[in-house]
Amino acid sequence: MSLSRRALLGTAAAVPAAATFRSARAQRPVVKIGVLTDLSGVYQDIVGPLAVESTRLAVADFGDRGFDVEVLIGDHQNKPDIGSNLVRQWYDRDGVDIVVEGGSSAVALAVSGVARDKNKAYINSGGATSDLTGTQCNANTLHWTYDTYMLAKSTGAAMVKAGGNSWFFITADYAFGHALTRDVGNFVTQAGGRVLGGVRTPFPGTTDFSSYLLQAQASGAKVIGLANAGADTINCIKQAKEFGITTPLAGLLMFISDVHSLGLDTCQGLVLTESFYWNLNDRTRAFSDRLWKRMPNRRAGMANAGPYSSTLHFLKAVQAMGPAEAKKSGAALIAQMKKMPTDDDVHGQGIIREDGRKIHPAYLFQVKKPSESKGPWDYYNLLGTTPADEAFRPMKDGNCPLVKA
Amino acid sequence: MMMILGIPAPLLFGQLLLGVVNGAFYALMSLGLAIIFGMLNIVNFAHGALFMLGAFTAWGLLNYAGIGYWWALLLAPLIVGAFGVLLERLFISKLYKLDHLYGLLLTFGLALILEGLVRNYYGSSGLPYRIPSQLQGAQNLGFMIMPNYRGWVVLAAIVMCVITWLVIEKTSIGAKLRAATENAPLVQSFGINVPLMITLTYGAGVALAAFAGVLAAPIYSVNPNMGANFIIVVFAVVVIGGMGSILGSIVTGFGLGIVEGLTRVFYPEGSATVIFVVMVIVLLARPAGLFGRAH
Repeated sequence: MSLSRRALLGTAAAVPAAATFRSARAQRPVVKIGVLTDLSGVYQDIVGPLAVESTRLAVADFGDRGFDVEVLIGDHQNKPDIGSNLVRQWYDRDGVDIVVEGGSSAVALAVSGVARDKNKAYINSGGATSDLTGTQCNANTLHWTYDTYMLAKSTGAAMVKAGGNSWFFITADYAFGHALTRDVGNFVTQAGGRVLGGVRTPFPGTTDFSSYLLQAQASGAKVIGLANAGADTINCIKQAKEFGITTPLAGLLMFISDVHSLGLDTCQGLVLTESFYWNLNDRTRAFSDRLWKRMPNRRAGMANAGPYSSTLHFLKAVQAMGPAEAKKSGAALIAQMKKMPTDDDVHGQGIIREDGRKIHPAYLFQVKKPSESKGPWDYYNLLGTTPADEAFRPMKDGNCPLVKA
Repeated sequence: MMMILGIPAPLLFGQLLLGVVNGAFYALMSLGLAIIFGMLNIVNFAHGALFMLGAFTAWGLLNYAGIGYWWALLLAPLIVGAFGVLLERLFISKLYKLDHLYGLLLTFGLALILEGLVRNYYGSSGLPYRIPSQLQGAQNLGFMIMPNYRGWVVLAAIVMCVITWLVIEKTSIGAKLRAATENAPLVQSFGINVPLMITLTYGAGVALAAFAGVLAAPIYSVNPNMGANFIIVVFAVVVIGGMGSILGSIVTGFGLGIVEGLTRVFYPEGSATVIFVVMVIVLLARPAGLFGRAH
């Protein structure tokens, strides 16, 4: 049983609320959202409780439109088998209609398969692999917040443009790291740069990256690409500073929680890509202030905020179809979501492509100097924006079977 | 440039030195484990979590009380050591008469609880802890840049290992402790308070883990999983060195740090595995470990 304490409390809280509604008004339809996320592991701050809260905020913001919404919570512990078993149980026994957030790449690929088999709906936010809308795509799955292609294009291309034409990669030795290295490497060579080499570091379990950093420096590359995430990236950046490594680092997947953990002193000047920043515009600020009231002291990064955007769009689709229709078929529900343009405070206006890829701009940020920052969480300067239609891999290159040639 | 086995010599020397630095952590951690196993016969799986608590205590001392690194180096081991004493009295002392497996399960459970609690309050991405101002900067050794702090870690670890070894092998307290391990009732009959001694030994082993935790805080991210990453390797070190052997764990700690460092140059993907390969070979050839005595 993989439910965490938090999950049990969450479900326990949801059930009496729904019961009260039922007795007050006869037979209102109920749709159920399952938030599958990392509540106890290395990616807890990147997604985790804040992603749960942003889902709840979407339900609250949507308001009462004639049907009730229940939110269930589960912890996948970054293990594909645990994640897919829990989701199977949600779909079969608990009547969950849609799973949101849905974890890191390996979990995402597993859950996507379950959604297809059960004809239910799934929208991933935290996973990175672009295969979700490529060779592994299906009619029951959407990929919402970002992917390895977006990161590669935005951060990778920007570094090459700034003169970083030879790269050395430090790659987390699993599916995500390999995909990211591949995607960034393609951009580097397309832009006329070269990949001089790389090391694959055992994942998880590597805490000391200094040897790899020294190897990277000895290679003479102009950029060290960090194809890892979370604590691995944090350790790389810390130790590069410690060993006086002057070669610029490219944090290929970094979130605001990583910057917060490292401190501006260590992170200043780093370039990174997110599809959301709390202080980007009036709408993101309004959203972030509402979320802050629910969960103070932390600002959401893109993977925390993504479930807000996807949940809101799901609820709009349910309203358009009618709850009874929406609950019948996951594929029909996803098709309805693809038909409707998206619009929310997190990503602004966007669309969903035939292959399941949600389209919105990608923002290239540079981490501020401590002297520029006005306080906690004031961390980014906007360097550039990749427009929505260019930020993601063109559909024809993804080899998704849903896309007719 | 001079090449050794196809690798530029400066890079190779750099990796050897880094291996020694990592070995220092392995030695300190496995030393505490070896003492606890040698004296209490408890396989202390909570060691990694207590190492993590040491780092968090240093962070807490700085952020809540304004107490800096040097005092933390003294206070954190004392605080965490006292906590260890509490754990020993409340839980572990109930298990001495039972099989090893029960101690292992209990301490493993304690580790999960401690890590879960810290994660709940401080998140998983870790907290920043600065290198003390006196140890900032680095020395250019010609073949690599050696951060002053890493040098300090090696020095501190060696000094601590030597002190611990001297206390156990050369003092009367150490002699009583070793005697109590061999035959507790006999030593007790001489009027020595053996349960107290065992409790304090556990506290001391835990304090060593916390000391290593404070040393690690400025280098690694202070996060709830920092000990979990270490503990498996450290157990392998203890097994290779010979369960309960003090000298074995020190020598093996440094030695395996170097082996691991070299693997990182020649075959990085295998660097997390190489220690276990060594463990398998050693266990096949010498089941009691390199320095262990066969029972």
